[in-house]
Amino acid sequence: MKISVTVNGTVYERDVEPRTLLAYFLREQCGLSGTHVGCDTSSCGVCVVVLDGERAVKSCTMFAASADGHEVTTVEGLASGAALHPLQQAFWDQHGLQCGYCTPGMLMTSYVLLRRNADPSEAEIREALSGNLCRCTGYNNIVKAVRQAAQDMQRTNAAVAEREPVAT
Amino acid sequence: MFPAPFEYFRAETVDEALSLLGRYGGDARVLAGGQSLIPAMRFRLARPAVLVDINALADLAYVRESDGRLTFGALARDAEVEHDPTIRARYKMIADTSFAVADPVVRQTGTVVGSLCHNDPAGDWAVTALAGRAEIVVRGGGGARVVPIDDFLVDSFTTAVGEGEMALEARFPTPPARTAGAFEKIERKVGDFATVSAAARVTLAADGTIADAQVALGAVGPTAIRAGEAEALLRGATPSRELLRAAADAAAHRADPVADTRGSADYKKAMAGVLVRRALETALGRLGVEGLR
Repeated sequence: MKISVTVNGTVYERDVEPRTLLAYFLREQCGLSGTHVGCDTSSCGVCVVVLDGERAVKSCTMFAASADGHEVTTVEGLASGAALHPLQQAFWDQHGLQCGYCTPGMLMTSYVLLRRNADPSEAEIREALSGNLCRCTGYNNIVKAVRQAAQDMQRTNAAVAEREPVAT
Repeated sequence: MFPAPFEYFRAETVDEALSLLGRYGGDARVLAGGQSLIPAMRFRLARPAVLVDINALADLAYVRESDGRLTFGALARDAEVEHDPTIRARYKMIADTSFAVADPVVRQTGTVVGSLCHNDPAGDWAVTALAGRAEIVVRGGGGARVVPIDDFLVDSFTTAVGEGEMALEARFPTPPARTAGAFEKIERKVGDFATVSAAARVTLAADGTIADAQVALGAVGPTAIRAGEAEALLRGATPSRELLRAAADAAAHRADPVADTRGSADYKKAMAGVLVRRALETALGRLGVEGLR
């Protein structure tokens, strides 16, 4: 069947089998291998992508057909050109990764968390990331990275708000 | 493993979904969140020939409290339940459950009604639905019917939803005054199925005795089960440590678990009692009755 999915702002029209899972569609048919596949059974979270800008989804457990007509954001969609997203920069600064396999899922899950909660506590970050596994046991630095990103993004937003007062 | 091949349809209306389900009968399954169905298909435990995707039916994505009940539409996702202020404030047993289901990412996609329809014996929502006296609205070509949860949970992975029908919503009656519940679950890690789970709800009379009680268990039988003997012991009695222990023992007696990687049958049976006692303690604590530990 023909589907059309907007991934990171680019429309991908592809022919898929109905049983094609979103993770494999992204990796093999869109050439976006930043989304990883780990357990393949929705337990580990390395395959998390963002659906329609608001929902973190384990892409190994969603059919590509269900994404037809929707927008998907993958880890490739976070940076703006050479400028890393604040989450990516914070993972770098805080050593929030070792082997990096879980990182795309950690980033995308955190991305949705920060959209829903701009200033999460450490406990809220740990809870939000509890469906994402890291075999290198790098959780402490991952949590620090998400805290840093939240602070950086709030500072940026405050600066933007100051520069460009909202018309009342 | 990839699922076996199937034909995919995206329904744009409930009528279209019902017409597709009617046409394909027992070969078809409804795809809502898919967080149970897709893994089951990948393990080839489920091999539907046709999937009817209802994710476009935005009209079914509601959580609403009206007419003396809390209602979850077929597309109400677990995360919406978890973040709902009314539920957090007034339906604590349901709020407890929403935090225990799967993991926070899976909950952004999984649905309450889908979990009930999947009817995994270790699923969480069926336990709370039993203790909350829920009803499921099931619609087919011939119209809608309202099925009490006790009749809905037919057997493992089998519900009262017939061929050509779909579950439209789950209704939880608003609990009477002086009522509180709690949900408890033992899981080896976040996201795992329950080793054992329990839900309990208590209504206190003006004199402090227990006017009504509901107790249910998960992962200790072919479906979630009610612990009727425990409920009978509680009704009319005055809350005490001994009463809770007796109710817990009665509930554990009802448990008939099977040994697996999550524990031996004896362990699960013992934990069923422990969880019922904890759920009762928490529920009564929420009503201001302390000192039961």
